[in-house]
Amino acid sequence: MVSDNNWMRNREGLGVWEHRGKVAVVGWGQSYMDRRWDGVALDRSCGGLTKEACLKAIADAGLSLDDIDGLITSPETRAEQTWAPRPYFDPPYDTEDGLTFASADWIQRELGLKNVKYLKSDAPYIGPMMGLAAQAVGDGLCETALVWYPMVNLAGRYGHNNPQNTNQEAPGNSAFTLPWGYQSGAMFNNLTVFLQYCQKYGKSHDGLADLCLNLRRNGLMTPWGYYAMHEPYQLTREDYLTGRVVEEPLVIYDCDRPVNTCAAFIFTTAERARDMRQQPVYVLNHNQINRRGRSSMATLDEHQESVASMARMMWEGSGLGPNDVDVFNPYDGYLTFTQQFLEGFQWHGVKWGEAHDFYAEDIRVEGPHPFLSSGGNNGTGRNRAVLFADSIQQLRGTAGPRQVTVKAETALAGCNTPDSNGFIMFSKYPS
Amino acid sequence: MSTIPGLERPAPVSNELTKPFWDACNERRLVLQNCTACERLFYPPAQRCNQCGSAENFEWKEVQGRGHIEVYMVIRDSRIRGFRSAQPINFAVITLDEDPGINFLSNLPGTPPGEVPVGAPVELIFEETTTGQLVHEWQVVA
Ligand SMILES: [Zn+2]
Repeated sequence: MVSDNNWMRNREGLGVWEHRGKVAVVGWGQSYMDRRWDGVALDRSCGGLTKEACLKAIADAGLSLDDIDGLITSPETRAEQTWAPRPYFDPPYDTEDGLTFASADWIQRELGLKNVKYLKSDAPYIGPMMGLAAQAVGDGLCETALVWYPMVNLAGRYGHNNPQNTNQEAPGNSAFTLPWGYQSGAMFNNLTVFLQYCQKYGKSHDGLADLCLNLRRNGLMTPWGYYAMHEPYQLTREDYLTGRVVEEPLVIYDCDRPVNTCAAFIFTTAERARDMRQQPVYVLNHNQINRRGRSSMATLDEHQESVASMARMMWEGSGLGPNDVDVFNPYDGYLTFTQQFLEGFQWHGVKWGEAHDFYAEDIRVEGPHPFLSSGGNNGTGRNRAVLFADSIQQLRGTAGPRQVTVKAETALAGCNTPDSNGFIMFSKYPS
Repeated sequence: MSTIPGLERPAPVSNELTKPFWDACNERRLVLQNCTACERLFYPPAQRCNQCGSAENFEWKEVQGRGHIEVYMVIRDSRIRGFRSAQPINFAVITLDEDPGINFLSNLPGTPPGEVPVGAPVELIFEETTTGQLVHEWQVVA
């Protein structure tokens, strides 16, 4: 049941998912995407963009507002940013709810949804949230769930207003990290793990260039993505290798760029999905994991074991194996951790230490190994939903110029980091 | 202050769990929780042992200040104010020789940024933070 964390499938030994093939995604909507909200245009506020995405998803599914009986969203839409106070506007933009997040209550009210019986505004970030939505529908808490994930970005330099970073003191757990310059968030630990990876397997940062360039290429084929809309040019290898260093050796092109946008999805029962507008994309399984390293910094061994455990859970719950996954969209928010997913799930036979060699092969969408056909978040901006949207489009056969030429009957997508993530397995067929 | 020019380390604030740790630092001693039932060290301090599930067998144990450099990077664009005037600055992960599963952060005072001998042995030192509270640091063994 979806209450507390009991809904999570976060340990091995749970067996095949009890709702395997009985839940489907039948709608998807993507709002306008820009770098930041200007604080003025209300249709580009979080609430405005959320309404746009939700209405598009409902229309995509061929449903009416009255069909929606579940609302699920995540408040974790603002990364670690904080902002100065701002003026409020006339209702419904007179609170933070609607401006910098959009709760289930806000959307219920703004869209005039009359038949909602399940509301959840405190779901985790999108990786686990997609699993939660599938579980809620499978468990019968609602029949047709509208699920949305905004990413909000306002003015200001990323992270620099965070009180933790300006305080002279380091309280609580930060006492063991801040005095040495460790920043909260995923960057530092994933970078030290990457450096351990390079030491262990004799690799270097340059080995990420091919992945970076291909992600931008795929992203330019994602018409609603940030780069396709606002900076429609391909990166060169030279750009990547001489990119501005953030923390050596991490460069700016390893980091997905914060954007201001929202994506929405419709989950319903497989039975209900049969006669809908879109070809259903069935859910075969979902899993979540959240592991802390033993000491100050998680290690490569710990990250590899975490992903390996996630993979074992996914194979167990879906009944599939590494060779059965056609489309694979793991998170690329820092390019420095993406190889853990590729190797841990052994997609296309890639084993520990082999990812960079794999990147140097043909990973184009037209080719035999269309890794991250979505363009990921480096190719489209940090919206995270693209991992799931592309997976759904590939199985529907509607990915346009990104449509893979290999078989596209199953797709695996998830985020965020190797030690904390949620993955979901989609299938063109219910079994 | 720190021996690294320009560095103003944010000062640890102790709480009920961590006070013995930080008090020991001020006496220039590094003490870690040890579960005497499991013979397992914990750092950073934990509420309870994750093997036996109990906090009853925890004792504070002084460890020898010997370690090795596991990996490092160079901070060039910190968001933390006290670090911005000390950039570029090393950021290393140090493993404890007594139990390499325990690791510490270090800016490696005395080692020029980017010139870090990965794998080299290091020894424990202590450095001052903004309030005068000492924190454990590591320097390459001469
Ligand atoms: Zn114990």
